[in-house]
Amino acid sequence: MGKTFSEKVLSAKSGKDVRAGDIVTVSPDYILSHDNSAAIIKKFRMFGVERVSRPEKIVIVLDHVTPASSEKYAQNHKEIREFVKEQGLSHFFDINNGICHQVFCEQGFALPGKLIVGSDSHTTSYGSLGVFSAGIGRTEAASVWATNEIWLRVPETIKIELSGKLKPGVSAKDVILKIIGDNGADRANYKAVEFIGPAAQEFSISSRFVLCNMAAEMGAKNGYFPADKTVEEYLSSITGEKIEPVCSDEDASFESVLSYDLSLIGPQVACPHTVDNVKPVSEVEGLAFDQGLIGTCTNGRLEDLKEAASILKGKKIAPSVRVIVVPASRQEYLKALREGVMETLIEAGCVVLNPGCGPCLGAHQGVLAPGERALSTANRNFRGRMGSRDSEIYLASPATVAASAVGGKLCDPRKYL
Amino acid sequence: MKKGRVWKYGDDVNTDVIFPGKYTYTPMEPEEMASHALEDLDSDFASQVRENDVIVGGRNFGCGSSREQAASCLKYAGVQAVVAQSFARIFFRNAVNQGLPVIISEEAPDRLEKGEEVSIDFQRNEIITQRARIPFAPLPDSVQKILDAGGLVPYTKKKIGRDKS
Repeated sequence: MGKTFSEKVLSAKSGKDVRAGDIVTVSPDYILSHDNSAAIIKKFRMFGVERVSRPEKIVIVLDHVTPASSEKYAQNHKEIREFVKEQGLSHFFDINNGICHQVFCEQGFALPGKLIVGSDSHTTSYGSLGVFSAGIGRTEAASVWATNEIWLRVPETIKIELSGKLKPGVSAKDVILKIIGDNGADRANYKAVEFIGPAAQEFSISSRFVLCNMAAEMGAKNGYFPADKTVEEYLSSITGEKIEPVCSDEDASFESVLSYDLSLIGPQVACPHTVDNVKPVSEVEGLAFDQGLIGTCTNGRLEDLKEAASILKGKKIAPSVRVIVVPASRQEYLKALREGVMETLIEAGCVVLNPGCGPCLGAHQGVLAPGERALSTANRNFRGRMGSRDSEIYLASPATVAASAVGGKLCDPRKYL
Repeated sequence: MKKGRVWKYGDDVNTDVIFPGKYTYTPMEPEEMASHALEDLDSDFASQVRENDVIVGGRNFGCGSSREQAASCLKYAGVQAVVAQSFARIFFRNAVNQGLPVIISEEAPDRLEKGEEVSIDFQRNEIITQRARIPFAPLPDSVQKILDAGGLVPYTKKKIGRDKS
């Protein structure tokens, strides 16, 4: 019997022939953390060791509350910078780089077949480049810093076969919302999700990122696209390292196989307060909202900003709404600037924030008041996430948010094509 | 065995309602963290929870963000265990790493009632109420060892000590 991608990576890393359900102890290739590094440092100090085990494996990106919005956050950042210096960590990215997951990929840490853990639930994103990557907590991140080891359970794999062509006005975000809505927020709990099939290969890296990023919202341990030519091309501009893709065997055992014909999927919206409360946009059309958010690690790349700009070009957003744009990284921001995309968005009336997590987690920048409603391209709509517990978050694609901003009411973006 | 009361909730209790995101990057003392526990789910919880109470959830308890405070704020609030039909994987790991016992049981959440007195026999793997004894499956050995040590900090400390000697 053949092996799945996850079984192969974890077998290679543990030096044992392991299958789904086995528990392995492994040394990850990299360990990512962000503003929560301050808390991880505190835990690390408790272990009674002076130095981190493998400084070259530690990647820290400041992105959650950047620039610091209060003295407490500033102190957090300061402690992290001091630790980076003290331990001689060379993979440190300060507040001018962008969201950790995007920066991690741009810097060439995410390479096919690598094993990466990150102290953030959306670490699943690197599966877009053929990586096994999973989120972990703070104490275990500290433990990996100290010991270079972590236990992982080898996940079963759900295979999702994608076929057909997306209709204009429909994007990767609609696909993953549809999949999560159909299958539920815990369908992939403890499991790997593998996206495969002709339509999967057609997806850009940016679109693959959206699916792997939001695989976390199905509970997945990791999301994964097999590394192919598209991945090779993307990485060739970033790293000179030789790419060695790892793929599931044809005769591997899968927990289940789901199939989606993308040509049958229309724009989707995740309604409050769970990501699996998904409806076609037609069912919620006309709903007024107060704040639009275009960006974040889910939908803040050039592809997404362009999608929004193509609708907003020459139009103005309704006076009843405010629209915040957050590019995923400095690199994506620059690309969008150079292509005139940001100009279009600003002319339409959007407010542009520096690349970072921004309003997505309700810590600063664009917090919602009681009774307010947001329409966002982010990945979570839990109660209170963007501010008041009495506010609401609807999740949609960049096209849907942009189109809806024009009239100030939720609408199908296809009417602007 | 320690007796406590049941706090009962539904499916998909996410980490944003257990410990709101706006507090996650603010360093806090345990007592303050406990005061925000379940803030956006049940505003009575933090003020009324007592030592050894038990939280009972449905499916996918602790889904969402990887924030560890979702587990530690419950631990600091005195919760002796969380019982659910299933846990989101990062919450599960965080709870174990904080030394907060997690019990996976298909039937217990349906059989336990809000406010009822309950104790947990971790030797026999049973949840005990006045009306019933509900068995639950033990955790995998490698996971149980971390819980037995009191969490990942004492567990790793011991391990580093062993490796050195």
